[in-house]
Amino acid sequence: MRDDEDSVLSRFRHGDLDAFETLFRTHQRAVYGWVLRIVRDPSAAEDVTIEAFWRMHQAHARFDPERGFEPWARRIATHAALDWLRRKKPVSGITPELWDTVPAPLGSDPAISAEVRDKTAQAFARLPAKLRIAALLAVVEEQPHKEIADALGISIGAVKLRVFRALRLLRKDLIQQGITP
Amino acid sequence: MKNRDQGSENRDREVDHMKHLLRNALAPVHDKSQLERDLWPAMLRRMDEQALRGPRSIPWFDWALGGALLAFAAVAPRTIPVILYYL
Repeated sequence: MRDDEDSVLSRFRHGDLDAFETLFRTHQRAVYGWVLRIVRDPSAAEDVTIEAFWRMHQAHARFDPERGFEPWARRIATHAALDWLRRKKPVSGITPELWDTVPAPLGSDPAISAEVRDKTAQAFARLPAKLRIAALLAVVEEQPHKEIADALGISIGAVKLRVFRALRLLRKDLIQQGITP
Repeated sequence: MKNRDQGSENRDREVDHMKHLLRNALAPVHDKSQLERDLWPAMLRRMDEQALRGPRSIPWFDWALGGALLAFAAVAPRTIPVILYYL
């Protein structure tokens, strides 16, 4: 079993399309799930997943079978998702008249109004993409710092720093909008 | 020393509060992250499209930059050695 896997990885490294298909079919769900956590849109997550696998296909010669496919794939997918976040313009929030009609997400704190939730989401969308991705994965998705660090290709300390900076900028933005968090 | 501890405590409280606010503004997606279709056919289409397009084309900006450099060199030929030096 292990030999089969090694053989697939080695054949992929040499540009074998069948090996690429095997790896694609094995890992597409995991890569999609990871990307979806970052882009938060199922249709965009499909596009980014395909873009990520396309980059893997292009970079097959640089793949090191010794280090395993999954961490490599996740890192490439994270960077493809980061590029998508950078390209995407922040969406405008809901109109003030709708704040009272929008139901709160399941399990959310009823003490936080729809207005504050909406303004927080908008302010978050305005943060630099590299801070947003770290905060999304660490705070919202509660992924371990080690996994985030590996996916972004940075140290655990750098992940913590990015999360801290994201939260500080978010707070500053909310204060400027007249919301005291 | 006591002030520093208090400052650190306040900062931690602020960070925790912002985390709470963010979690309430953006719900996690981990429990619904199921891919509903096989993406391999779309991947094959993407690969075919790239194959039809041929090797990666040169971006328009590079052409514009090259054109501007040539035009500049034609207008001021004395700058050619300087441009070559910095290339």
